[in-house]
Amino acid sequence: MLAALCLVAVGALVVQAGGAGGAGAVLTDPVVWRIVRFTLWQAFWSTVLSVGLALPVAIAITRMADGPVRRAVLALFALPLALPQIVAVLGVVALYGQRGFVTGLAERAGFDPPSIYGLTGILIAHTFFNLPLAARIMHGALALVPAEYERLSAQLGMGALARFRLIEWPAMRPAAAGAAALVFMLCVTSFAVVLILGGGPRATTLEVALYQALTFDFDIVRAVVLTLLQLAVTIGAVALFAFAGGSVEAGMTISAGASRRFAGDRPAGAILGGALTLMAVLYVGAPFVAILASGLASDLTDLIVQPRVRRAMLTSLGLGLCAAALAVGLAYALSRGAAEMAAGRRFSGRPAFTETVLTSAPSLILVVPPIVIAAGWFIALRTVTNVYDAAPYLVITVNAAMAMPFAARLIHPAMLAAEERNGRLCAHLGLAGMARWRLVTWPVLRAPLVAALAFALALSLGDLGVIALFGSEQVQTMPYLIMQRMGAYRTQDAAGLALILMVMTMALMLAAEHFARRSRTMVTEGSSE
Amino acid sequence: MKGLPVTCDGVVFRYGPDAAPMRFDCTFAPRTITAVMGPSGSGKSTLLSLIAGFERAESGHILIGGDDITGKAPGNRPVSCVFQDNNLFAHLDAGTNVALGISPALKRSAEDEARVAQALEAVDLAGYGARMPGSMSGGERQRVAIARALVRERPVLLLDEAFGSLGPALRESMLDLVADLQRRTAMTVVMVSHDPADARRIATDLVFLKDGTVGAQGPVSELLNGHANAEVNAYLGSQRLPS
Repeated sequence: MLAALCLVAVGALVVQAGGAGGAGAVLTDPVVWRIVRFTLWQAFWSTVLSVGLALPVAIAITRMADGPVRRAVLALFALPLALPQIVAVLGVVALYGQRGFVTGLAERAGFDPPSIYGLTGILIAHTFFNLPLAARIMHGALALVPAEYERLSAQLGMGALARFRLIEWPAMRPAAAGAAALVFMLCVTSFAVVLILGGGPRATTLEVALYQALTFDFDIVRAVVLTLLQLAVTIGAVALFAFAGGSVEAGMTISAGASRRFAGDRPAGAILGGALTLMAVLYVGAPFVAILASGLASDLTDLIVQPRVRRAMLTSLGLGLCAAALAVGLAYALSRGAAEMAAGRRFSGRPAFTETVLTSAPSLILVVPPIVIAAGWFIALRTVTNVYDAAPYLVITVNAAMAMPFAARLIHPAMLAAEERNGRLCAHLGLAGMARWRLVTWPVLRAPLVAALAFALALSLGDLGVIALFGSEQVQTMPYLIMQRMGAYRTQDAAGLALILMVMTMALMLAAEHFARRSRTMVTEGSSE
Repeated sequence: MKGLPVTCDGVVFRYGPDAAPMRFDCTFAPRTITAVMGPSGSGKSTLLSLIAGFERAESGHILIGGDDITGKAPGNRPVSCVFQDNNLFAHLDAGTNVALGISPALKRSAEDEARVAQALEAVDLAGYGARMPGSMSGGERQRVAIARALVRERPVLLLDEAFGSLGPALRESMLDLVADLQRRTAMTVVMVSHDPADARRIATDLVFLKDGTVGAQGPVSELLNGHANAEVNAYLGSQRLPS
């Protein structure tokens, strides 16, 4: 189904490209090539900044003694993943914009900070999203280092540098490559951030140019060429990363592990690490506070009674729930298939081709970004029907496809572990069918399924990509409404709506975290004996 | 690297504010091998972690050779450890793992190379320097860990169920190796083990732990001859007499 979704989209594009004679003209347009260059350029710097800064932060977090502080930092770092881009951008503007809080501080200190619109703002927003993500991925790898290594390094008297060179870097190198690959992919396909903070001819990415071609210029040929270029870029990037050994999928887990660490006593290192972590926490936390502050300053009660706002909330929730259910259902089916095949090959070693396809299918969406699918369908449906009528179905399917890799990441390991641990026992006891589902499968998978549902819902609620193309007076979601109000310079309204959307998504994200952690303890319990 | 006595004087430790406190009062005689035995959860590994500095005592003192080391960092204590697993950094070859015992930042001179080779030879692994841990057997990996303890030349060696996952014959040969090295270097060895046969084979003294305290201590010949106190005998069951 997923493949069909993409195939139709890409097929429509190719047919259009073949039928249109103007493609050559678009390809020779220097503006297009400048857009390609900027897309890669901003993604490159976003990746360098995010992963480069996340590296010391991940080490500092791992060296921190396990306790409420470390757990709080990790929980905070999980939040941006589900924060709608448009909401985050509003927070970033409130902090670093012309009349922003940080800008004010900098001006008072005698600096002249650059305008946030353009590369600067895009990098700030992308780092806000991806620094914590990369830090969590690399911390996850470091947390897997055997506890004995840490004890040994302390006993052998290794300094911080030797520890990094001999233990930490070798352990986190693959994770760092994976994180870099993922961040690059996310930034190459970034839409809402660039739409609001970039946009001008100097700072446009392929996705935003594609959106503009479809909505403002209605230049189908140009849109088709841009889409194909975007595809070429993402496929090229994935191929490059596969070649370099980093895996794009590596980063799609929510809950990071924690273990009892012995608290080393390196005061200097601890202070430096603490300071670094504090800075990262401030950087990541500040936009949340800014959204809260500016949202509370708006007239929230007036917003809530507006029928348009209430309708957008209901539309968002309805579409989001459908998308989330679809995503979880698909992820469940794929994981189930893969787990059964894994159990079947228990004694024969290598995974079969189909199993590999099943496990990697969810990540297809990273190669074919949502807006490309949306654009393809937009172009294909245009000739058949009124595209805006199709909006709900497309929003649901594309958002489901978007959330599926994350859902699969949550469900798949639990399913594999459950199959591995209980499969033989069930076969031995003759437990099958409904009884097995009720007694064994459901108790183990309940927590990851709920976590996946909450997370998928949070992601769908915040998506602007599809709805930006298909939204209309009839079908409006919360992010779409925020964009409209921003466009109409009703900043106060936008801030209030952003706060509402932030509260909704963050509540879901915290629920997802909670259930993901529960699922982890259920899976690991009893396997430690 | 002559062995020094290790004394735990009223050492109190808890794993968390709600956990039951453990309290250790015991002495490990210099230049001998002492076995530490006791049921699961009685605090055997905790006691070793306290001596090595991986855990911090709430109160009390740990003395090694008359020096109070209670507040010292693990690297500044005169001890070396061998754990049950993960003693070697899996991404470094055997020689490098041993060399870390000489210089933790891996600055190696020609003389150091010779010492590494010598230590590997002492544990019957001559020429294994370039092998990766992944390509070695469990017994070989533990030998490399012991070789590293040798080059460190610390007066106290702590073995935390170091041979617990090895088969009987291999285990006996490892114990004999430890006994042999102990005779040559005269270090103080403290060895946590489940099996009374291990203690009978190479240990002189025994410390028996129960519920986080020292239940009995004394010569192996007295505690493991079937006439010791009831708690030790209850733990040993049918193995309370040498076979």
